[in-house]
Amino acid sequence: MISMTPRKDISLYRTFLTPLVAILLTLVIGAAIFDFLGFNPLESLYHFFVAPISRYDGIGDLFVKACPLIITATGLVFCYRANVWNIGAEGQLVLGAIFAGGVALAFPDWPAITLMPAMILASVIGGICWAMIPALLKVRFNTNEILVSLMLTYVAALFIDWLVRGPWRDPMSFGFPLTKMYTDAALIHRIEVPFIGMLGQLHWGVVGALMLSLVGAFLLSRTILGYKVRVMGDAPRAGRFAGFNPNLITIGVMAIAGGAAGLAGMIEVSASMGQLQPNVSFGYGFTAIIVAFLARLNPVGVIFAGLIVALAELGGDNAQIVLGMPKVVTGVFKGILLFMLLAGETYNRYQIEWRRVGPQSALREQ
Amino acid sequence: MKVKIVMSYPSNRNRSKSRPLLEAVGISKNFGDFVANDDVSFSIHAGEIHALLGENGAGKSTFVKIAYGLLRPDIGQLFWNGEPVFINGPQQARKLGIGMVFQHFSLFDALTVAENIQLAMPPGETMASLSSRISSISKEYGIGVDPNARIYNLSVGQQQRVEIIRCLLQDPKLLIMDEPTSVLTPQETEQLFSVLRRFADNGLAVLFISHKLDEIRALTSRATVLRRGQNVGSVAIKGQTNSKLAEMMIGNKVKNVARQNAPAKSKLLFEVKNLYRPKDSAFSVTLRGISIAANAGEIFGIAGIAGNGQDELMSALIGEWRGADSGIIFLDGVDVSQKNPAERRVADMGFIPEERNGHAAVPSMSLADNALLTSHSIVELVRRGVLDLSSMKAKAGAIVKDFDVRLPVVNPLASSLSGGNLQKFVVGREIIKVPKVLIVSQPTWGVDVGAAVFIRKAMLDLAAKGSAVVMISQDLEEIFAISHRIAVLHDGILSDAKPAGILTAEKVGLLMGGSDAVGGVNI
Repeated sequence: MISMTPRKDISLYRTFLTPLVAILLTLVIGAAIFDFLGFNPLESLYHFFVAPISRYDGIGDLFVKACPLIITATGLVFCYRANVWNIGAEGQLVLGAIFAGGVALAFPDWPAITLMPAMILASVIGGICWAMIPALLKVRFNTNEILVSLMLTYVAALFIDWLVRGPWRDPMSFGFPLTKMYTDAALIHRIEVPFIGMLGQLHWGVVGALMLSLVGAFLLSRTILGYKVRVMGDAPRAGRFAGFNPNLITIGVMAIAGGAAGLAGMIEVSASMGQLQPNVSFGYGFTAIIVAFLARLNPVGVIFAGLIVALAELGGDNAQIVLGMPKVVTGVFKGILLFMLLAGETYNRYQIEWRRVGPQSALREQ
Repeated sequence: MKVKIVMSYPSNRNRSKSRPLLEAVGISKNFGDFVANDDVSFSIHAGEIHALLGENGAGKSTFVKIAYGLLRPDIGQLFWNGEPVFINGPQQARKLGIGMVFQHFSLFDALTVAENIQLAMPPGETMASLSSRISSISKEYGIGVDPNARIYNLSVGQQQRVEIIRCLLQDPKLLIMDEPTSVLTPQETEQLFSVLRRFADNGLAVLFISHKLDEIRALTSRATVLRRGQNVGSVAIKGQTNSKLAEMMIGNKVKNVARQNAPAKSKLLFEVKNLYRPKDSAFSVTLRGISIAANAGEIFGIAGIAGNGQDELMSALIGEWRGADSGIIFLDGVDVSQKNPAERRVADMGFIPEERNGHAAVPSMSLADNALLTSHSIVELVRRGVLDLSSMKAKAGAIVKDFDVRLPVVNPLASSLSGGNLQKFVVGREIIKVPKVLIVSQPTWGVDVGAAVFIRKAMLDLAAKGSAVVMISQDLEEIFAISHRIAVLHDGILSDAKPAGILTAEKVGLLMGGSDAVGGVNI
């Protein structure tokens, strides 16, 4: 039997070493798999990890890919730290995109100075509305937020699908399920770096994402709000003893996560698509869950975890294009990477021992 | 087989005169510095219902866990039918013929009775044959349980019967029952007793753990009394009065502890008027009309054995549980009944709950974070929503210094402090604020003697400064040592408070055991 006991001390040395070991192990296992499938292992690894960021453009694209993950995961960190299991960020992201899109389409004449804040506000409200459904049901009827938030993801996906095929479809789109293009004021522009120029797709939303993570880190570790979240997650009974209202905290963290996801949806559409379409998210809301845990539920860690996951995604795309590697193989490789990182994290937190015990079950042990 | 039920079981009907079924000689067990069992010797014969009696923390659980193989004794030897045995685990205990029914059940709600029992049996038996064995055992002993019923449909008493049947199917010679009546209604208790008497008629030995004197007198033939880990005597129940048993259980040295003088007539600071609280689960207790009146400068002691409503009362006093009514709890004349714990603290109350880890403190957080837990609404540790980390550290440092909290490392997590030191921190965190009213539960539970003395002195000093202290404690010695007035909580009812000077340990012990607790309490 494997027994896991929490470590008393989290050693700094182990904290930095295990992710490196995890990545090294991933490279070894990945190389073996690539070799087995008839790909040159070193070349494959090069196209996975090095080629995507070997040019300035690639680095910019990496940040762009990580942008929605970082924003969404920062919000989710609050939920998970409070032991509220919101896994419906994907739906909240879609609702944010819809709300912002509604504003953009309704006020095409507004200048950016008013339209952009209005869209940001609308996206946050949209995400919060969607997150409030599982939150209020949990608080009022003690429903399971995992199920409700997950189910609402599919409702959101079908809702946007209906909108862009039905009432919001551009009459000039020749039947394609697309809304009108946003006006220029509703678009997020690319960053022009002095002396270098454009860095691929790098846009101002990325700057917003990085700032949001830092704000999240401050909120969580240095404010009474974050303190309440941490206490409620670590020791709910102590939270009630302190006089914190568990229901308000549940609603609060769901609002933070929903608002962040909604904002990510708005940025994704305004920076990369320019109009609403049936798929505004490519599973960002789900991938963000992995990012949040990879970051040990730390908002600053979310930036690094978001970049690692984005690199695996970009590398996977690149390997498919350049080497003709099947999509499932790149998926397996990404899976191994995440598994190794999370296993390393578990090893960091727990003392793992093999213990020999008799065949009786724990129940019969009593 | 005789099925006649008698209230007082004759002591030696089926008892084998020759050798005891289970004998323990000189059992000692230490947990760190804490002596749980100290040279305990004991024997039980076939066909005997034997009580193991003692206060909480007297070492009863440790002893039966050793007998059931869950713990190994440090010193001492067990004999089974006269042969020395080393019981290395519950499986071996069951093989010898020792079965145990725990206080809290381990049943899966969604499964049927038979399925639950099958899980605990060696593999290979078909469900049909198991069901028929269950039925025949229930018939034999009059334990009515439907093998196909699902656990969530069963009452707590019925669930206990499932646990008993599960033990019986392993054909035990000795059945250990750990406080079996604490979750039962009086009717279910009577049914359980008649079942246990039938076991004894069939030659089974029953070791019955309890601290309820009336039950022990009704059911058992002999009792072994543990006090502070020591066996203070094994006696025949016949001819023992409740008060004699209570005295054995509690000891008479507590009578001689020097008490504080009650303060002169002073101001009423804390009042509870007729608090009712319905129970919210089978394992909790209904509070029935609790009234408390604590004066400035006074320690108001609430004695009683665990599970008589202490937890329910404590959470109502803290404000974690609030009833619908106002006008129940008053602080210096102000109604705080509808205030939450943070608001009650602002009104100048302090609370120290029994459980340090996860209730009074967050184990995974630093002491500075923990200092904030009960101060976030009062002192200037939070400015416009932002934590003032240096003030928090300074506050934790002050508590550590004033209350002599020994730290294993600089800036430790709460979980790395020893029990006594974390308790000193939790107590100090409240007392340093000098609240008008301090409510504490089990302030010295599981801490070493030095820390206990320190904590009691701190509470006395607080009272001397003019605060009122309400102390819920199961430790009678502690109650007598520092309380000015004492009331006893039994089955959700609080007796009238009497000055400590006119009470004896014996009388309090009787009230704790439930004797004449109902109606006008006569002390």
